Parts: sequence; structure tokens; C-alpha cells
Amino acid sequence: MDLMEYQAKELFAKHGVAVTQGIVIESADDAAAAAEKLGGFVVVKAQVKAGGRGKAGGVKLAKSVDEAVEHARAILGMDIKGHTVNRVLITPATPPVEEYYFSFLLDRANRSHLCIASVEGGVEIEEVAKTNPEAVRKIPVDALEGVTPEKAAAIVDEAKFPAELRDQAIEMVQALWKVYVEEDATLVEVNPLARLEGDKLEALDGKVSLDENASEVRHPDHAAFEIREEADPLEAKAKDRGLNYVKLDGEVGIIGNGAGLVMSTLDVVAYAGENHGGVKPANFLDIGGGANAQVMADGLDVILNDPQVKSVFVNVFGGITACDEVANGIKGALEILGDAATKPLVVRLDGNNVDAGRAILNELNHPLVTQVDTMDGAADKAAELANA
Amino acid sequence: MTIYLNKDSKIIVQGMTGGMGSKHTTLMLQADANIVGGVNARKAGTTTELNGKELPVFGTVKEAMEATGADVSVLFVPPAFTKAACIEAIDAEIPLMVVITEGVPVQDTAEVFAYLEGKKTRMIGPNCPGIISPGESLAGITPHTIAGKGPIGLVSKSGTLTYQMMYELRDYGFTTAIGIGGDPIIGTTHIDALEAFENDPETKVIVMIGEIGGDAEERAAAYIKDHVTKPVVGYVAGFTAPEGKTMGHAGAIVSGSSGTAQAKKEALEAAGVKVGKTPSETADLMRESLQSL
Repeated sequence: MDLMEYQAKELFAKHGVAVTQGIVIESADDAAAAAEKLGGFVVVKAQVKAGGRGKAGGVKLAKSVDEAVEHARAILGMDIKGHTVNRVLITPATPPVEEYYFSFLLDRANRSHLCIASVEGGVEIEEVAKTNPEAVRKIPVDALEGVTPEKAAAIVDEAKFPAELRDQAIEMVQALWKVYVEEDATLVEVNPLARLEGDKLEALDGKVSLDENASEVRHPDHAAFEIREEADPLEAKAKDRGLNYVKLDGEVGIIGNGAGLVMSTLDVVAYAGENHGGVKPANFLDIGGGANAQVMADGLDVILNDPQVKSVFVNVFGGITACDEVANGIKGALEILGDAATKPLVVRLDGNNVDAGRAILNELNHPLVTQVDTMDGAADKAAELANA
Repeated sequence: MTIYLNKDSKIIVQGMTGGMGSKHTTLMLQADANIVGGVNARKAGTTTELNGKELPVFGTVKEAMEATGADVSVLFVPPAFTKAACIEAIDAEIPLMVVITEGVPVQDTAEVFAYLEGKKTRMIGPNCPGIISPGESLAGITPHTIAGKGPIGLVSKSGTLTYQMMYELRDYGFTTAIGIGGDPIIGTTHIDALEAFENDPETKVIVMIGEIGGDAEERAAAYIKDHVTKPVVGYVAGFTAPEGKTMGHAGAIVSGSSGTAQAKKEALEAAGVKVGKTPSETADLMRESLQSL
């Protein structure tokens, strides 16, 4: 789960990272009070889960309370890379003397953790990484040893932080590692990590991604970071029912078992769509191993409520799950949904107990259900029906 | 021959007495896997009957290995306890540890992976269907009824795509099919499996299934180019997956231009791997490869 800046800063503060949290507001009417409280000279920052906010006009400096209100009004409701700005963060304006970059992240290639640090931070860090890669230090972190005070010192020295900031930087690195480890993050990024007047080091921005597996297992408090209004309503509904659903922009609803097979199903439908007016998959929905009637009904209910959906492709390979159970699931789902089931269903069953499964659906003889034996054939049929 | 697992493998199950553990131990026994016992500290000294076989339950992996000569452990331990169970198995020097558990915190897996350094254990998983050498043994949850023994070696990130591909190619059969798991950090990679299949005389051809996210397929492609002489056919899932959305597997997320299915396909093709657009087309390419041998 990606956090917004103000949420990331909450975690920074919790673990002793030098940061000014500021005030989050959701209405421009609250901007005046917030700006006043912070002394009038403030930065108004859009809170969305997208990079490049500054370049999109979502970050503005205000020299007065009136200007802050004006900026808040302009930024709230703005669209940044497909994300609507529903809240802004107002922070005291503390112009940096210098800008540095710092992050800890999961290093998949080396199956460990990585620290990336540069004294040439700021908005152009990606450019620096390309033109002057030597200035962007990548330092592996051992997953068992973590960041000891010695390691933190080594990181600070390798990144060539100024000597007069060394002690502060070492402390900052350890605090950021605490955020990374104790919150089970997969990314903790500070850009800019700023040198302020008076040689004070402070995190002026923050980006944190949390490992959802870990949040589930040992961080019940992380649930508070989820912002419901950000989620697509169908995604929210699916989540409430424990379904692994992602809304996409297409006409063929997809239900399958297993993440890999469902991803593959999306592709096969998109290829089939090329011959049927360019229809595309409408969603990703993995019902997992146990496709009982209730799970199938929940899944179908979510998909049939997507107004864009014209047909539904149920693609199940019976591995552990037997196809007759899945067929009974579909039958039960259609009974539960009754008249709410209105769109054609193309079902492809294969694998464990496939004959019994197909027989159940043949016997059901439901006007909405078509069975096709192969995945490619079924995708073609579903695309054809969506284009009808 | 097979890779990593054969008919002589003696398997213990950590978490055998739990719901998932007992269900799948039964299925493994039905696949003729030589299950020799389970591990559960709270039930040490008792026995459990599964599929008509009386299985002893041991307090620790070490005790289980000493008593039975086990050389493989399959883990059905809940995610919160998976790290500890892995460390225990590694300390006991189990040669092969297959971690089925889904939902393990990735920092736990990173620790386990670091702990494996210099140890005698190979880890498969986590979040994987495990490994099957059809007709010989099963350490995991892959249905043993899909396909029999044959000349194909299969390595895949995804469970259900493994099943689908085994089903498509059931007329030929497999030496070993290994599901390496969809998490961002896994113990055994595509490259490890490719190396083992290359060295296995009975494996004539290899099918490799990948999916979006990370650069494991690209690195596997580079490995194939330099080290694999056997024909390899590939499939990559996730061409239509949008950027920045997780598609079920924690690893299956596209960020920026890296990790896309297209990039993976191109890298594999540049290494001489024939890549199918769909599982069926991939199976057809594999048949062509087999027929031209």
C-alpha cells in the first residue's frame, strides 16, 4: 500500500525522523486557519499517490494567508495523473539551502534491502542518476544485520554528506531504517532531505510503501491509512467481500482462479477482442482455490454491477478445486442472484472432475450460460458477446 | 531423472496437523509421495492418520530428520510463523525446504534468504505450489492427476498456470514441474531451475512461465543465452496489466517501463526462446520442439 505524504510523515514523526508534519485540510475554507497557525509563509501540497506533483502544479508556495487559501482552492479537486486531489497538506515554508536524496527499498534482484543516497537530491534526482550515476550511491543492506550505527555512518560517509551534518545524518538514517523495518515498508523515500538554515536536516517530503502481507500479519493499525474514497466503488465492494479484484477499462468481465491464470485470461481476452471490435477485459478477479457458490456469487455480483461489462468469462482450471464444485458454485450464484444476473456468461472448465462439472451446467441449461471447452475458444466467444 | 525431488525423497510436513497441512498431506500421499512424518511442537509424540497411513508427529525438524532420515520439508505454516519455521528447518540442515504459505511478510523472507547464505538448504517459495516429479513424488499442492512422467521440465511463477500448462502438455508429460512462487523474494529462481533442467539428462525440453514484475525473466533470458543448450519455450502473463496495480501476486506489479510482459518477451526471444501468446500457443510451440528432437 502506497501512503500519501502526510501519512508517511506521521510514520516519520513516530520513529524520530526530523520532520514538520503540517496540517491536512480537505476544504479550502480550512486553509486560512491552517496557514495562520503556521505563520502565513507556507507551502500548499496536493496529497495524491502520484509522483511529479510539483510539475503538475500541485505544490505551491504562499507568502500570505490569502495566497494559501487561493492555492488550496486551486489545488483541491485538481487531477494529477488520474488522481483527484481531495486533500492538501499545508506546511511551514522552509526553503532548503541544499537538497539531498535518501531511500531504503526492497531490492528484488539481490533479494535483500538497498539504500540509495545522494547529496544531489531534489526534483531532478532521476536525471542525476542518468547523467552522473556516481553521485547516486547504492549501498546494499544485509537483511539480518540491518542498519547498525556503524552501518549508518558508513552510508553517510559513502554518500558524502557534509561533515558538519554527519551526526545529524547518521541519526536520520537510523530513524528512517526504523520506519522501514518496524513498519514493514518496501520503500521509504525522502526527497528532498533538506539542509535548512542553521544546518538543520529535515525530511521535507516523504514516500512510504507498506508490505500488505506484513500489515495483515502484524500491523492492524495500518488499516487506518486506507482511504476509502480513493478506491473505485466496485473495488471497495470487492474488498469488503475479501475478493482480489482490480477494475480495468473494458467490456468483458473476468473471473478465474489463481493470479497467473487470471492475468493470462486478461491477455487472451484482449487478443480475442482484436477480432471483435476491440473489446477489452473489464477487470481482474481471482477467486482463489475454493470457488464455492458464495464466492462465485460475490464475484459475479461485483462484475455484473460494472455498467461497462457486456459479457462475463468464467475461466477455471480445476487443480485442487474440482470442476463440479465450481459448476455448483456457478449454479448457486445464479440462484442467489436471480433476476440480477442479466449478462451472458461464458464458462470454460477444465481439469479435475471436468466431466461432472460440465454435466452440471449442461443440465442447468441456463439461458445466460454458454460453455466452451478451451480457454482461447471461450475468450473468443466472450469477446464476441461483448461486441454484440 | 528429475530435479530436486524423486521417488527416494523422504518428506516431512511442518504444519501437517493444520487444516491445509492435513488436506495436502493426504493428497501428497495419494500421489505416492513418501511422507514420513510431521512437525508440531505442541503435538510431539503423537501420531496422525492420513490416507490410511499412521504418521508420527515430532517436536522439531531436527528430531524428525534424525528419526526418519527426511531430506525434504514442506511448510504449511501460517505466515506469522513462517520465518521461524524456515530458520528451524535451515538450522536442522534439511536439504530441500518447500514453503507453500501465501502472505509471508517480505522482510521475513529477506531475512530467511540472508540466513540461507552458506547453509545446506535449498528453499523453494514462498507463496508457491511446490514441486512435482510426476510418478515419483510431490512436495506441494500441484494436483498429481494432471499429467504423468515425460521429457519436459517446467518452471513457473504461477500455480494455476503450471496446472494449465501441464494439462495442455499431458500427452507428453514432465520430469519435474516446479512452481517457484510469485513473491518479490523467492528462494529458487527461474535460473536455478533452468540450470538443474539443463543438467538433468532425462529433461529434453524446458518450458518457462513468467509474469509481469521484476526482472527475473530478463535475467533468465541472459542465462539461457549463455548456458542452456536444450530448447526452451516461454510464456509470459500480464500483457494487458495496467501500470502500478498489483494483480494478485505480490510480485506481479508493473512499475514504469521495467517489468512489462513485452520487455520480458523480447528478452526471451533475443535469447532464442520461442514465446507463445497464449498458454495453448505455447503448448503448440513446445510440441513442435519435441517433434523436431
